[in-house]
Amino acid sequence: MSDLMIEVEGLTKNYGITRAVNKVSFGVRRGEVLGFLGPNGAGKSTTMKILTCFLAPTAGRALVGGHDVFTDSLEVRKRVGYLPEDTPIYRDMTVLEFLEFAAAMRGMDRDKVPGRIKEIGQRCGLGDVAGKLVGELSKGFRQRVGLAQAMLHDPDIVILDEPTSGLDPNQIVEIRSLIKEIGREKTVILSTHILPEVQATCSRVLIISGGKLVADGTPDELRARERGGRYRVVVESNGVAKDAIRDRLAMLSGVTRCEAVAGEDGAHAFAIDAGGAGDLRKPIFRAAVDNRWTLLELARESASLEDVFRNLTTGEEGKS
Amino acid sequence: MNPAMVIARREVRAYFNSPVAYIVVAAFTIIAGGIFFIFKFFLTQEASLRGFFETMPMLFMFLAPAITMRLIADEKASGTLELLITMPVRDWQVVLGKFLAAMALLATTLALTLVFAITVRALGPVDRGPTIGGYLGLLLMGGAYMAIGVMSSAFTRSSIVACIVAFVISLGLFIVGQATQYLPAGPLQGFASFIGIGTHFDNISRGIIDTRDVIYYFSVMGICLLLATLSLESRRWN
Repeated sequence: MSDLMIEVEGLTKNYGITRAVNKVSFGVRRGEVLGFLGPNGAGKSTTMKILTCFLAPTAGRALVGGHDVFTDSLEVRKRVGYLPEDTPIYRDMTVLEFLEFAAAMRGMDRDKVPGRIKEIGQRCGLGDVAGKLVGELSKGFRQRVGLAQAMLHDPDIVILDEPTSGLDPNQIVEIRSLIKEIGREKTVILSTHILPEVQATCSRVLIISGGKLVADGTPDELRARERGGRYRVVVESNGVAKDAIRDRLAMLSGVTRCEAVAGEDGAHAFAIDAGGAGDLRKPIFRAAVDNRWTLLELARESASLEDVFRNLTTGEEGKS
Repeated sequence: MNPAMVIARREVRAYFNSPVAYIVVAAFTIIAGGIFFIFKFFLTQEASLRGFFETMPMLFMFLAPAITMRLIADEKASGTLELLITMPVRDWQVVLGKFLAAMALLATTLALTLVFAITVRALGPVDRGPTIGGYLGLLLMGGAYMAIGVMSSAFTRSSIVACIVAFVISLGLFIVGQATQYLPAGPLQGFASFIGIGTHFDNISRGIIDTRDVIYYFSVMGICLLLATLSLESRRWN
């Protein structure tokens, strides 16, 4: 088997006349934790539903673990563990009953099931809820049961649709570290619209908006793309006119906007926006030396993933 | 174990974990017993279960939708169907599993009505053949009713809608059969008695098992379960 665990080519899905997913292509390698990022209704869940064989693509192709999701869906489903959005689990079963049911559905060796359930229960922190009804569990525990179910049969690929939605901050941290741990051995795809989540857990990010793939890279690569970004400069004011400094800074190549902002007493502060990829700190420093300004502060504010996300997905939000 | 059996086992457990199943089964047994003893048995003064069997086509119209309505519709509404169907299981296995669970509950219910047979037997000699044949016929006819219910449940997300659809379909088939008595002899009457879900049971309740009746019930089961499977599969159609 090749290193690519998931290959998606020109994947398209229409719901009636609405196009939910539009010619999306990507590949996921073994051991990657892929974050699927996008506003609500961008097509994340639909893509995941296609990868898990719940829906069929209108056009395009998806291979999971080397098998086609449409023509060979049973093989795909054997190799995938899936946690659908909102963790739908039979509420009338106890945790143990449910996990036994999942194991039986997966055709797992009956002698090994109790041991495996115990092991996975420990990893997912199920502790002493095994005998409780799923319907009586808190959202966090239900999510853990969902994760345990997705990993029970030791699949190569784990697909999690919004695994942390509706959890409290403590639970989110726990689930994230669990996902990170899973990601060490497995290929994981998770969807979210929470940005820090991607930074915290994913080795790679796909940003999808209006059904289209708009970005693909590591979180650092995506942030770097936005660089050039924004600089903050503070100069001691001793006798130098604020406007003169501003005009001089605005002349630097690459600067798209230079504005005086509120600074501390006896200092002029400026916010500079720059396009392009170059680093403006050097030219700013030289300009300060040439003009004998006393530079108090010079900082580049690197773009956050949030900026990247907003830039790439605004204008598409209304379409959800 | 086959995934269909795993699903059937889960559903049977779910039945016995919920008060609804007990209420439905108890109500059915009490009503069936009441009608049989009060209106049939003591009137005819005949040591036979025929009066009991005769009421079944009508009573199953209420029993089957109540048992089957939530089987698939509920899973659609709660989203668990997505989890179930993304496990390595074929759609027909899901449908078959649900159907088998309904049949298990039906068999349990019918087992309770054996009390009537025992009672009647204490009061007079009962012909064993027609009784055994009648119960087999009940399972066959019940299968047809249950399959209609499972199909209706696959068509919708609402178990109430599923219940009503199943009831209407069963009622339709039942009425067509009843109309046989009022139709002039001819192809129309023949057709009506072929379609009618109760008419095929008449023979059986008299103690005659005819292959045509058996084929009819298996056909209804086959067609309904097939349509239910297609309905599940339709999510993957474009």
